[in-house]
This record gives sequence, structure tokens and C-alpha cells, in this order.
Amino acid sequence: MITSNKLSIDQYEKNFSAIHPPFENKEAALMEANRCIFCYDAPCTKSCPTEINVPKFIKQITTDNLKGSAHTIFVSNIFGGGCSRVCPVEKLCEGSCVYNLLHEKPIAIAKLQRWATDKAIQDKWKLFDRKPSNGKTVAVIGAGPAGLSCAHVLSREGVDVTVYEKESKGGGLMTYGIAAYKVTPEFCQSEVDYISSLGGIEIKYDHAVGKDITLEQLQKQYDAVYIGFGVGLANQLNIPGEELDGVEDAISFIYNIRSKGYSQVPVGDKVAVIGMGMTAIDAATQAKRLGAKEVTMVYRRSEAEKNCTQVELDIAMLDGCKIQWLAAPVAIVGENGKVKALVCDKMKLGAPDFSGKPAPERTGETITLEVDMVIKATGQKPYKTLVDENGLKNTKGKLLTDEHGATNIKGVFAGGDCVNGGKEVVDAVQAGKKGAAAILEYFKI
Amino acid sequence: MADISTNFLGIKSPNPYWLASAPPTDKKVNVLRAFEAGWGGVVWKTLGSQVKNVSSRYSAVNFNGTRVMGFNNIELISDRPLNINLKEIKEVLKEFPDRAMIVSLMADNTKESWHELIKKVEDTGAHGIELNFGCPHGMTERGMGAAVGQDPVIAKMVVEWVMEAAHIPVITKLTPNVHSVVPTGIAVVEAGTNALSLINTIQSVTGIDLDTFVPNPYVAGKSVFGGYCGPAVKPIALKFLATISQNEITNKVPISGIGGISTWKDAVEFMLLGSTSLQVCTAVMKHGFRIIEDLCEGLNNWMDEKGFATIYDFIGRSVPTLTHWEDLDINYHHVAHINQDKCIHCGLCYIACEDASHQSISLTYGKPYNTYAIKEEECVGCNLCQLMCPVENCITMVEQRVAPEYVNWKEWQKRGLPLNDH
Repeated sequence: MITSNKLSIDQYEKNFSAIHPPFENKEAALMEANRCIFCYDAPCTKSCPTEINVPKFIKQITTDNLKGSAHTIFVSNIFGGGCSRVCPVEKLCEGSCVYNLLHEKPIAIAKLQRWATDKAIQDKWKLFDRKPSNGKTVAVIGAGPAGLSCAHVLSREGVDVTVYEKESKGGGLMTYGIAAYKVTPEFCQSEVDYISSLGGIEIKYDHAVGKDITLEQLQKQYDAVYIGFGVGLANQLNIPGEELDGVEDAISFIYNIRSKGYSQVPVGDKVAVIGMGMTAIDAATQAKRLGAKEVTMVYRRSEAEKNCTQVELDIAMLDGCKIQWLAAPVAIVGENGKVKALVCDKMKLGAPDFSGKPAPERTGETITLEVDMVIKATGQKPYKTLVDENGLKNTKGKLLTDEHGATNIKGVFAGGDCVNGGKEVVDAVQAGKKGAAAILEYFKI
Repeated sequence: MADISTNFLGIKSPNPYWLASAPPTDKKVNVLRAFEAGWGGVVWKTLGSQVKNVSSRYSAVNFNGTRVMGFNNIELISDRPLNINLKEIKEVLKEFPDRAMIVSLMADNTKESWHELIKKVEDTGAHGIELNFGCPHGMTERGMGAAVGQDPVIAKMVVEWVMEAAHIPVITKLTPNVHSVVPTGIAVVEAGTNALSLINTIQSVTGIDLDTFVPNPYVAGKSVFGGYCGPAVKPIALKFLATISQNEITNKVPISGIGGISTWKDAVEFMLLGSTSLQVCTAVMKHGFRIIEDLCEGLNNWMDEKGFATIYDFIGRSVPTLTHWEDLDINYHHVAHINQDKCIHCGLCYIACEDASHQSISLTYGKPYNTYAIKEEECVGCNLCQLMCPVENCITMVEQRVAPEYVNWKEWQKRGLPLNDH
């Protein structure tokens, strides 16, 4: 049965406590920092989409220059605090640490990054000075990683930025779309506050573009516009029974966990999660942590093709989630309007499809999972209508830009999930930086 | 099993490791614990002149997260009553007759004071005396310690006084706070000292508190130069030791080596440059007496591997390999080689060579891993890359002689061979 309040407050707190706790003390951080051998042209830096100078910031921890360390991180990635919690570092910086080649544990880069940035955010260190205002104004759509990263770079250069955010809080998917045991809503708030404390960045919450204000109006009011509104609606399965009570998309499920409080989020006893990306993992593990007795992740390909990292999959498995590889949902069976079962075709792998991965092919056999809730985590759809209405060039709703982030409309730039279709937070931050650089170039600043 | 027992001027100990004159050897309770742990001998903390200590007394240098790479003290000689020390020495000797008991001395600067002190020490049954001519702080201002060791004439005079009275072996401990330990070494050997020990601590400032602006160690808003010791001073100690072993006069007496000995490997190095016994302090101040176990076991295993039956089979063995620069073979050449299978692509060899040596390593860009290779024709064989490489045997130095013949600098010049040709 789908109910809320399945657990006691203590159990919720325990289940949602941080899975990557920070260093307890300076000694622990220093011990780890001193393991770093300070590589030249470091693989970790090259593997970071924002190219944080990792050896430098770690060295700065060892020299008792924590302010310098935080600055080194933030100058490349203003979401360095959040990224230290949510980045899949096992496939980025830590994954390429040279210690891996010695079959040793890589440097705990994320944990060290958190050590430096937590102090900065907590004590509100003023690490950046804003150049005097140069009279240029930019409207940024979306206060997520792309938008705020762009806003921060622009404001540092003296541009006055106004950010339009449809939600009542900033941070975008960092705030609304990531498992609570990775990053807390409180932290997301303090991170947004820290970023905007630079000055020159005004965030207008509860302002949805296309509803409360139009792109055309923004173009008129500002010297340039940056679009970083991400992706929105969850992809539909387009199978019978999708309208039943108990079918929910992962984004809204996670959104509720993050905005309502754990005890207020209804969850089934037996839950199927469809998909095998990071969001699917976040939905499955959190369903389990909310008190679901049984959670089964359903994926139409095999383990080798999964979109999540091994570390993420391990979290789900350690939480007791079952995995059903090679199964594609074909129907959701209901009873009295409520979900009763999920029927899947058993699949086998065929020749590679357009994605380069082996295409799943139906075997003709089916399996039925007795479930009372189905969570869809098969990706999100871009805001196609909004984009089309404004004459922005796109492919299936994904905005088309040149390599610098300029759209087909003069003075309108874009980046992040709305362009790439949905990648990591750190990719969005980098896109924001690039977009800001392009806007500064456009302003000839 | 090799025999690591030691006979130093008739002073026998089951192993060559003695605790140096310092806080670990200043009272019976410590020394008994040291002997129970297995130490071969002690040099009892310096007895003699009346003193008064201050607080604090120590400071240290840490490096890249490792504590106490170097250690510094401003403590004086023993501040316990002389008769208690003498009584305890006697009691320890009774309990551990098989261990070496040397007593460090620093009397006031009169012949009578020295004679009186030596008599009292000999009455305890101690096996030997070590003259503290090295303490670099507190005592020097009063004309003692390093003030004696730094002046060969004074040192010679004091040793002569000592030798008039001593019936047990006398070891003279040398200060490194000189440009060369050899002049004082010669003077005291000529004055009759039976043995030498070196080095004492090196004058130092270990660091400054960046909030108070006062150097360490802190004493009521002030500090003084202290005596530096620990692993950081080992290379300097080995150099001074080598010069004593090379000198025709000073190498006639046995040497007790001191200066940053922390492991059996350090000990072997001191022995290879001429030490018969070894004195340890800082490593014990950091870890306690228990380190004696590995000091002995490591030495024993190494001797077995090398086929040495006793320590006398290798003492001084490396002394002849230290030569003069002008005698080095100019035709010897080796170049670095990177084992690509072992390389972890950290780039440390590359940046060291590029910024600080001869730009002899090539970088081929890769994401995330660059490939590094040696440009053999540019490599001067300096070792820098090998020293920086974090992987053992990843970079090796491969011999590539320029010519088979040995030619040194003198011969090179004589033949008019090319100079400044790189």
C-alpha cells in the first residue's frame, strides 16, 4: 500500500544521513591531503569538466592556506561545495587519480574539496571581489548550476545579473533532484546564498519564463539573456496503465522528498523503479529508505550498459534493492485504479543501436512483478514547447548552440541540461562559465 | 644468525646500539626500561656542573605530514643531584652487568673539577666516560660544552686533564658547530682520548610562531638557538663522520656514531663510514625504547644476507669509496630510462627535468594520462627524475659510458679535452 509515515523520525534521520561524511578533523584531512603527490598536468584536473586545479587546492590544504584552497576550487567551479557531495567522482577526478594505477585507493578528492569549501561557505569567506558595475545587464533563466555559475562569472566582471527562477528556492536539480543523503536542502540553500553574496546577482524566485515573463520581454529589458532552465518533464513510458494511481516519475518523487520532509512522502510497499541512471538509483535507494519493503530496479539492457556508476549501483544493492536486468516494461496492471503489477518483456542484447550500446531485443517471454508503485526514471524531456514558441533552434527540444553557447537568437545564450539533455551538475557549471565568457565576449568586455 | 655483539675498547655490549646522553638516559627508571627492552648500552645523561633548566625545552620540524623530521632542544645537562645519579648508575650496573655503561661528563673548567668528577664516576664501576664537548646551548656561555669542542687548544687541554685521572676508556664527543671536526678531533686524539663520538646537535632555529612572531621553543616571549637532531641531520653527521674516518690521525681510534639514527639502515650507513657503536636519541624520544627490536633484527637480517659474521666485517667499508671530485671518472655516463609499464603518468619527472634540469623528457599529451619518455641525447644523467619518481624502479639509470677508459679531471685538462660542451 502506498502510504506516508512508514517509519519513525529517528529511522528517517538514520536512513537519510550523509553517505559520504566529511572529515571529522583537520588531522584526518591533512593525512589524506599529504598522500597527494602533486601530479603535473594532473589526470584528476583533466577529468574534471570544470578543470579544478586539484593538486593545487590539495597542496594548499597542506600548507594551511585553506582560503587559497577554497578560492582555487571556486574560481573553476562555484558549485565546488555541492559538487564535492554529488559528483560521480569515481568516473571523474578520483577515477583517474594515478593511485588507481598503483592499485591503491585514490586520493579522496571530493572529501578534501568539501573540507575546504565547507569552511568557506560556513564562515562566509569573501573570496571574490566584484569589479565596479559596467552598466551591462543580463537576465539568467534558471537559478540552477548553469545559471548561477554563469551569473557569478558575469557579476565578478561587473555585469548586473537578474536570475529568474520558477521555484521558490535556487540550486535547481541540486536542490530538487538529488538524493537527500548526498546533499541536504539546507546546504543547497547556503550554497546559493554564498554564491549570490558576491553582489550584483538578484534572484527573482517564483518567476517562470513563459508564464510570468516572456523571453521577448527579457531580451528587451536586458543586454543579453542566458538560458539555463534545464529539462523538465519525465519521459513517458507510453504503455497501458501509466495513468494508474501509484505511477509516479522519479523527479517529482525526489522533489517531494526534498521539499516536503521524509514522513510526508507516500511510498509503496513493493516498488518498481524503471531505469538505471543516477536518478533511478536516487529514486530506488530513497524509496527503500522511506520504508518500502521491496524495491526492484528494472532495466532493459544488461549491467554492462548501465548509465549509473558502479559505486552508485553498489549503494542501491547495499540498500537491498533488487535488480531486474534485461526487462522492458510493457504494461502496468491495475486493480480499482491502483497499481497491482508491472509486466515486462524479457530482453536479450542485439547489435549496437544509435547510442552505440547493444540494442535490447524482445525474447517473447514476459515476467510480472507484483508491485503497488512504479517510479519512472527513464530520463527527462526538454521544454520543447517553450523553446519552439520562442523560435529557438533545437533538436527534440534540446537547444542548439554554437561551441560558445550562443543560440540562433542574437544576444541569447544557453547551457546546461537544456542544451545537453541532462548531464552532471559539474557539466552544467562548466557550461555556465563558458556561456558567461561568450556573453563577455559579446559585450566586448 | 650474525653476531652483532660489540666490543668498544673492551666495553662489551650485546649489540652496537647505545642510547645517547639525553633525557632517555637521565635516571635509573628509564635506563632499566631501556635495558629490559634490549638496548646494548647507555651514555648516561651528562653529569657535572650545576644547572637550572627552563620551560619549554623542545621544538620540532614536521615535513609533509610527517612529524619530527628534525628535533631541537634547549635542555641543559642533568639537573638532578650528582650523588643520586651516581647511586643509580651503580644500581643499574648491578642489575645489567652485560650492558655498556658510559657516563657523559661536563665539569667546570678546572683540572680539579674534572679529576674529582672522574673519580666519583669511576667509583660507580661505569665502563667508560664520554666528554661532552658539544652541547651548543646554555653551557657554552659559561665556557663549557661546544665552547671547548670548537677550540682545539682548549679541547686538547681538557682531554689532557682527563687522561691524567681516568682509568677507564675516554670517548670525546665532538661538536658539529665548526667548519670541520677534524682539527678538534686531531687535538683530542693527540691529547690521548681513547675514542671519538660524533655528532652532537647542530645550532638551529626550527621555526617561528606566525601569530606570536617568537621562534620555537617558546620561553616567556623569547627563544634561543637550540640543538638540532633527528633524521634531518643524518646526512650532515655522516659527512663529519667520514672526515674523521679519512684522517690518518683521527681514524686510529674507534668511533661511536651519532646523528639522526632511526633505523637499522641508518645504523649500517654509520658503520660503513667507520662507526663501531651507534648512539640513538631522537628516534627513542619519538617512539620509545621498543624500536631496539627492529634495529637489531634488521641489522641481523642484512648481515646474514650479505654474509657478514660480525660487525667488524664491514665497519669502515665505504670510506675508501668517498674520493675527491677531481678523481671522479668523467667518462662514466648514465641516462634515465622510464619503464612505461610501471609509469603512473604523474608527470613529476617531466616537470622536474623541464623546469630544473636539462629538458630531457618529452611529453605526449593524453587525456587523462600523458606519456613521458627520456630524450637520451639530452639526458646528463643527473638522477633528478629518478629521485622525484614515486614508483620504485620505474625510472632506472642505465650506464652508457662515453668511453671505456677512466679519465679524471686532472687528466682531462692535461689532454685538452673539450669543456663546457653540453
